[in-house]
Amino acid sequence: MTRLSIKSFRKAGAATKMAVAAALLATGAVAVHAQGRSPEYAAARSAGQVGEQQDGYLGVVGSQPQAIVAMVRDINNKRRAVYTEGASASKSTVQEYATATACRLLAETKPGEKYRAPDGSWQTRGAGLPPRPAGCK
Amino acid sequence: MAAGMAGILGGCVNVSAPDKPIVIELNINIRQEVVYRLDAQAAKTIEENKDIF
Repeated sequence: MTRLSIKSFRKAGAATKMAVAAALLATGAVAVHAQGRSPEYAAARSAGQVGEQQDGYLGVVGSQPQAIVAMVRDINNKRRAVYTEGASASKSTVQEYATATACRLLAETKPGEKYRAPDGSWQTRGAGLPPRPAGCK
Repeated sequence: MAAGMAGILGGCVNVSAPDKPIVIELNINIRQEVVYRLDAQAAKTIEENKDIF
């Protein structure tokens, strides 16, 4: 990549700065969006420590270390934020938007991963589609 | 029969707590047709936020 000193970058015009920024983006040097699950989240999923619930939120399966509990709380706070956004954009309630997402999330669980059945019990995904909330497409 | 009579005559009433938690259903206000309609948008939400799903 072309080396630019800070000084020359400051002097450069806005158009040049834009071009440099675009080049950085194109080469993937700057991460704009988080891509996929964190290694911790991915590991907890495949270990069956966390699972998908019927309400669109992630659940802690049984008793787990504090780090797992905190991670799930953090993920669920972020999920609630995107559900809230989706609900206002689609004139629905947060609960309805979360449930529609749960329909997808439950269907997309991989065999071996945990999901919470409508009766509240934790189950392991098998070959078949897990039970899902009423109204799923 | 005799044992049953003895139980009644003994005047002993046993009340045991249910072994399963009592679940109160709070999802009755979810409109199913709305959930159905939101499917495509939900898919997009998941796609755009892969880190939390």
